[in-house]
Amino acid sequence: MITAIARRVASGAIVLWAAATAAYLALLAAPGDIVDAIIGDGADTPQIRSQIIAEWNLDRPAIVQYLDYLLRAAQGDLGRSYLLQRPVRDVIGEQILPTLKLAVAAAVFGVVLALILAVTTRHRWVRRVSSTAELIIVSTPPFLIGIVLLSVFSFRFGLFPVSGDRGWAGLVLPAITLGLPIAGVLAQVLRDGLDRALDEPFAVTARARGLRERAVLVRHALRHALMPAVTLLGWLSGVLIGGVVIIEQVFGRPGLGQVTLQAVGNGDMPVVLAVVVFAAAAFVLINTAADLAYLLIDPRLRRS
Amino acid sequence: MSLALPRPATRRLSLRIPRPGLALAGIVLGLAAAAVLWPSAFAGDPLAADPLRVLEGPSAAHWFGTDQLGRDVLDRVVHGARHSLSIGVAATLIAVGAGLLLGLLAGLTHRFADEALSRTFDALSAFPLVLLALLFIAIAGTGTTSLIVAIGIATTPHYARVVRAQTLVVRRAPYVTHAVAFGASRTRLVLRHVLPNVLGPIPVLAMIGLGEAILIAAGLSFLGLGPQPPSPEWGAMLSEGRGYLHIAWWASVLPGCAVTATVISLTVIGRHLQNRFEGRIQ
Repeated sequence: MITAIARRVASGAIVLWAAATAAYLALLAAPGDIVDAIIGDGADTPQIRSQIIAEWNLDRPAIVQYLDYLLRAAQGDLGRSYLLQRPVRDVIGEQILPTLKLAVAAAVFGVVLALILAVTTRHRWVRRVSSTAELIIVSTPPFLIGIVLLSVFSFRFGLFPVSGDRGWAGLVLPAITLGLPIAGVLAQVLRDGLDRALDEPFAVTARARGLRERAVLVRHALRHALMPAVTLLGWLSGVLIGGVVIIEQVFGRPGLGQVTLQAVGNGDMPVVLAVVVFAAAAFVLINTAADLAYLLIDPRLRRS
Repeated sequence: MSLALPRPATRRLSLRIPRPGLALAGIVLGLAAAAVLWPSAFAGDPLAADPLRVLEGPSAAHWFGTDQLGRDVLDRVVHGARHSLSIGVAATLIAVGAGLLLGLLAGLTHRFADEALSRTFDALSAFPLVLLALLFIAIAGTGTTSLIVAIGIATTPHYARVVRAQTLVVRRAPYVTHAVAFGASRTRLVLRHVLPNVLGPIPVLAMIGLGEAILIAAGLSFLGLGPQPPSPEWGAMLSEGRGYLHIAWWASVLPGCAVTATVISLTVIGRHLQNRFEGRIQ
């Protein structure tokens, strides 16, 4: 088991290295020289130029530049935004909290709703209605869901704040918007998994022991149905990371998405690169968590 | 950790689609195609502003209402089909082309190149598409062309992986061995024998992928990274209408419904074809 964990950590490190390298290559590929790319729309003075050359070791050989960049990234030093005149780490650290709140709330909402949907909509026509609703939700752009929710619950009924990050009430609509597509996909996968598990001999045995259908479903089949759903955690992290950029814009929430968007608009490359590397780190973390979740769900994996 | 993640499982599930749904999807796609090919037959000038009729609700004269400049929202939605859908189609074409090339390359070359390419596909296809596209746009600048290329690049790994898997099967097929035995050249082997047999699942995949590309395109142009106003692109219209949501829901919700209807129709028909296709093989 220790070798298995070591292998997972190693492959996570490789993904991180690949993301950092891709970000670096992107910087090299940007039009103009590397100093121009780092400055972006910021003030362009000889003094700042020499500062950038010193920070990125641009007067040293290419290989030294690259290795030094990797070393700094590994230490959590993501460079300096010359547009904002601050270290990127501070910018991210300041904005991470609202984004994290949104992502966690959305993930919890999505997973819980998916579980409820998959377990409760077993009857034929309820199931069909639910599946159709899931198809529609999955095909709807998330910002449209957000806009519809906003116009109904905030503008028509005035139940939730229109924009900004004001306590928990401001979190409800964004979390639902981001969580609904997750619930749509997960519910379909769980339902398929439940169908398959209920066809297994152990389900027949459980029924023969006189268990009620609900108990067979929740106590025996659900665990098996969770396995393919856990594989989707990687996809889930992708949806969350990509989704927050758009959702924060719809609801006018502060956060990493807003920072990224501004950085893209202003050509503030250090921030864009840092966000990409940071997102890759979050992605690796969630995937490692998914692998550990396998061990929790399936005891057979623990023994081998 | 497992990098070989499956694609979001939606497209692999066997959701039975009722016939009326299929017909409806066909009608929506037909309307969308008509709007792309000949928008002026169905709608007036999408840029004609009428300052006296600003933000009016849906009525007999303006079915979808008017926007903040008094432009007819329905006219703009119809004309917007060409912008939105052509971005999606162009991006998908790029992705399919590049995916074919890279997938064939990975499937036909030896270990190291294959391993390197496959790992890259895996990592990229698991990474959030929106972020990949944002990275590209940050380098190349905003605009329609860069939006198309960004989405094309971001969705390439999806096709490349399928093509690679298919190539690995085909290259071991008896007819390829026969062609080798008959002394066919390498180019001829790839173009005449491998390529046509790899293409099989691609059209249906591309159809479902097109829906995804349209969704991302609308999302990115909603963020202001695509066609700029006054161009009647659906995502951009949503973004413009967002500011007037408190008084005029139609200006943003109805263009959004156009995106949704198109994507659902593509998914429904794509899945239907996929089910039939797979059924025939088995």
